Amino acid sequence: MVKVLIIVTGLLLPTLGWGAAGGNTFPHDKIEIDWDDKAAMQRGARTFVNYCMSCHSAAYSRFNRVGEDLGISDELVRDNLIFTTDIDGEKTKVGELMKTTMTLAYAEKAFGIAPPDLSLVARSRGVNWLYNYLRGFYVDESRAGLGINNGVFSNVGMPHVLAELQGLQIPKYKVQDDGHGNEQEVIVGFDIIQPGSMTKSEYDQTIHDLVAFLDYLAEPYKQTRKNVGTGVIIFLFLFLILAYALKKEYWKDIH
Amino acid sequence: MSDNNSNKGLLGWIDARFPLTKMFEEHLSRYYAPKNFNFWYFFGSLALLVLVMQIVTGIFLTMHYKPDGDMAFISVEYIMRDVDWGWLIRYLHSTGSSAFFIIVYLHMFRGVMYGSYQKPRELIWLFGMFIFLALMAEAFMGYLLPWGQMSYWGAQVIISLFGAIPLVGDELTLWIRGDFVISDATLNRFFALHVVAVPIVLLMLVVMHILALHEVGSNNPDGVEIKKNKDANGIPLDGIPFHPYYSVKDLVGVVVFLILFSLVVFFAPEMGGYFLEHANFVPADQFKTPEHIAPVWYFTPFYAILRAIPDKLLGVIAMFGSIVMLFLLPWIDRGKVKSIRYRSSAFKWLLAMLVISFIGLGYLGALPLSDTRTFFARVYSVGYFGFFLGLWWISKNENTKPVPERVR
Repeated sequence: MVKVLIIVTGLLLPTLGWGAAGGNTFPHDKIEIDWDDKAAMQRGARTFVNYCMSCHSAAYSRFNRVGEDLGISDELVRDNLIFTTDIDGEKTKVGELMKTTMTLAYAEKAFGIAPPDLSLVARSRGVNWLYNYLRGFYVDESRAGLGINNGVFSNVGMPHVLAELQGLQIPKYKVQDDGHGNEQEVIVGFDIIQPGSMTKSEYDQTIHDLVAFLDYLAEPYKQTRKNVGTGVIIFLFLFLILAYALKKEYWKDIH
Repeated sequence: MSDNNSNKGLLGWIDARFPLTKMFEEHLSRYYAPKNFNFWYFFGSLALLVLVMQIVTGIFLTMHYKPDGDMAFISVEYIMRDVDWGWLIRYLHSTGSSAFFIIVYLHMFRGVMYGSYQKPRELIWLFGMFIFLALMAEAFMGYLLPWGQMSYWGAQVIISLFGAIPLVGDELTLWIRGDFVISDATLNRFFALHVVAVPIVLLMLVVMHILALHEVGSNNPDGVEIKKNKDANGIPLDGIPFHPYYSVKDLVGVVVFLILFSLVVFFAPEMGGYFLEHANFVPADQFKTPEHIAPVWYFTPFYAILRAIPDKLLGVIAMFGSIVMLFLLPWIDRGKVKSIRYRSSAFKWLLAMLVISFIGLGYLGALPLSDTRTFFARVYSVGYFGFFLGLWWISKNENTKPVPERVR
């Protein structure tokens, strides 16, 4: 059996090596998210409602659910997180879904495509992708109208909404082989050409907090899930001891 | 079973009208199973456990899910966020489907290893294969229901395979979809089939699988027929009553399984994008094809065989052929010795080749195509079919070891 297993693993090795195909995206940093750091998520929520929600919805989530999970009272949610209005111009209620006020018709006219709902973006794109994408906007005059491109999502339709915070940056290129003998330019860094209201580390922290919030938003029950899971596993281990003892007792007389 | 009528009270009353005690004895307390079952014999009862779990969680999901092109995706997120414990029910169901296939593949492997499909158990194997087919249909249709991008495009790709069939292909795909593309009509019929039709077939087949098993009795790791050696009362010498011996033993297996299962459900429900694919967190959009469409992991071995062959029709034939081979296994294997323990080393090598090919194909089927990968997919496809061809060849005059009279 062991011999067979070794052979199986050996013969599969050539197959296993090909998983990693590196893309030419920049930046490509990794983000650590601390699910106990509710303050970071609260700051992220503030950035989200102030900047993202002008165009994007988070329509699978409710304002007061965010408040409840992140420890923000209904009054504070109403005063600090809700800037949208309903169809009659009344301020959105705390129990409602987090929908943007921008209409689909307007969005399609302005951007050519409706800005996607962001409730699940951390699960479809991943948190590292978001962290890099939101820090990857650079000036690109070749893009008519927008003047902006992105090192992670090439030719994206989204303008650099956070430019007032980050400022504007231009890419530094390096020429390298693309693996097929052709030369290509890849981005290896950015230079700020027009500073924003934040330093680089402040901006990185802001994006970190925003992504932490998006991560929460994609799976609000993640913490509960893990807590319940720990209890379930402990119970099952105790049950295993009993079940095994029972089996041993019954099987004593079988030889 | 002469003491059936000796029961008094309620049980006696029932037994006079319904064979309750009789059935309990026939299938549990007086069903004699070989005493030498090993690790590989846990997966039958585990499959039954997962089937029940899928049905129960499925019922609760049905209470909140909306089979509607505009609402399906939202209703799943509603279950995950606003329904009490909805996330748990949904993760149990989604992880359960993958667990089901892991268990069923191991269960089938056990059958091949110990020759459990050989005479007189051909029908058990055939019922099992029909269960496997029904399970694939069930999983395929269930995967459309979350109405994410991968649900949509995966179904699009798989259904379009039927288009390769000459003459009727296009009409057939239209008939399956109920529309020219995957649409609300497709979603509704898949829902009906997933929730009502296939589960009924599945349950019926499981009953037949178990009845056939209990008619001839279980095989075992030695491949010895325990019914050949009976005591004065007609009880197999190497048999022990399924209940309580195997019910308590299987309970240990159940708990170990539940621990592993819970680790996934509670700590890695996406399983790195293999159990729940990342693209499936984006709502289905018929105008936007995802960069890379791959079926869920349990279909990838067969999908890799399909892609390994350049011609679409031949690819489809090969893919279905790979499953037909499994159906024919009891007649492909012409050997008289059941268990791998007493079979030739040629058999062991062939089986190793099957395992490598199947895992290799499964891995490749999940990745985008490239020349190297296609090459390896072809090698593994030859390996997969080579097992059946080789088995037919070697089993005619196999150099086997002597099989003991009794189990060890």
